[in-house]
Amino acid sequence: MSILRKSLAGISTAIALTAINPAQAENGISTRTPDALEQMVRQDCGSCHGLTFKGGLGSPLLPENLAAYSVEDLAQIILEGLPGTAMPPWRAIVTRDEATWMARYLKTGEPE
Amino acid sequence: MMRTAFSARISFAPFRATRNLFVAGGILLLAACANTLPARGTADLATIIARATGEVAILDTSTRQFTGIVDGLGDLSHASIVYSRDGRFAFVFGRDGGLTKVDILQHRIVDRTLQAGNSIGGAISQDGRLVAVANYEPGGVRVFDSETLELLADIPATIDGSSDRSKVIGLVDAPGNRFIFSLWDSGEIWIADFSTGNEPKISRYKDIGTQPYDALITSDGRYYIAGLFGEDGMALLDLWHPENGVRRILDHYGMGEERLPVYKMPHLEGWAIAGKRAFVPAIGRHEVLVIDTENWQKIGRIPVHGQPVFVMAHPDNRHVWVNFSVPDYDTVQIIDTENLAIVGELKPGTGVLHMEFSPRGDQIWLSVRDNNKVVGYNPYTLQPIAELPLPSPSGIFMSDRAGRIGL
Repeated sequence: MSILRKSLAGISTAIALTAINPAQAENGISTRTPDALEQMVRQDCGSCHGLTFKGGLGSPLLPENLAAYSVEDLAQIILEGLPGTAMPPWRAIVTRDEATWMARYLKTGEPE
Repeated sequence: MMRTAFSARISFAPFRATRNLFVAGGILLLAACANTLPARGTADLATIIARATGEVAILDTSTRQFTGIVDGLGDLSHASIVYSRDGRFAFVFGRDGGLTKVDILQHRIVDRTLQAGNSIGGAISQDGRLVAVANYEPGGVRVFDSETLELLADIPATIDGSSDRSKVIGLVDAPGNRFIFSLWDSGEIWIADFSTGNEPKISRYKDIGTQPYDALITSDGRYYIAGLFGEDGMALLDLWHPENGVRRILDHYGMGEERLPVYKMPHLEGWAIAGKRAFVPAIGRHEVLVIDTENWQKIGRIPVHGQPVFVMAHPDNRHVWVNFSVPDYDTVQIIDTENLAIVGELKPGTGVLHMEFSPRGDQIWLSVRDNNKVVGYNPYTLQPIAELPLPSPSGIFMSDRAGRIGL
């Protein structure tokens, strides 16, 4: 009984949340703070690329590995993914500004 | 030091009675000194990875407190743990190739080796003697003595006899002192059979499909199943009949024609099998798939909150719990295995990375990465029973894994 009640309350929240995220990304409004972006790069990108960016199933992302790519190239890869690889397009949940911030962070370690 | 003090006391004791008293006391002292362990079992203990700080916390699920934290374990992004067969030692596999043996009663590192440059996980053999690690760099499997961490066997994952090597994923133990693993780059499943000693007999199964990304072995050790990232379907090896080779199952399992972004690879290790139904995370889609394990056909799909990562069966098999990838990882959903309805939902915080039941299912523990906490729940009432601070927690590993095939 209590399980069911929680479920109903939870589901409406869930629907509201999923509706918000993609809309924000499509509008290009960055709602994430630099701390949140850093956390996302370290932890979520780090799931495949390693917390220290030394690589995993995904390639290493240390500055020396990215020397051949511009910030714009990298932001484009983040947004559109790399077809034929496990790198997904993130545009549904990451804005261009956020992708650019992430690319700069990875290339230089200093995003601003 | 205590030994010296003890002798000194005896020599100064003037009366036999007094001396006997001191001896008795001294023995107690000695016992406490030589063996600082409390007399307790480990079956209610779990280890929890703190991925950003390179620590492992030891959780006592009876008192619902951490009993200790061990640091110095290196890069623990995507780390995992297996247990010695007595359940006292945890073998921690780090991303940076570190293999660390931790005493979960004394809360200390017993031994540690940096055995490769980049690793993904490991397994312990049926007899508990061998610990195997799956490596990305250099691609292959290395096998160590579980007592000493001495390297016993090195199995390079060579591609077509060349010097090129594949990343290795989905390493599990199987009955008969075998390890089974898959090659991401070349689409193969290998069996390394250690039943006759430290020189493994290797069997290779080629052309199993494109980019196997993770694998599981059923809890009876019979079926090894690899998920394929590069194409639809899964590769199944029946270990009762390895001579029949690998066959493709679930041809429609995968991303289908419309390839959706997959923000995090689903994990297959926790594949929930309840009765004859298996509950499987769909790839990219917001669905949990229901599979009939007698013919490996899909018999249902359950719409869920996000892209599932782990689908874990409660030990009583009545419910399965599901967590999700970014950006939906603030939620956990609970599915009734009988009517396939979602019957519960929790929002414990942001970044719910892993879930682990206590062995008999009276508790479930969730790691909530971005809120730096581990939360325990009563899975029947969904009431929290504990909330413990831990920086960036990820994998939770109950010590009863020590006695389970494939974990």
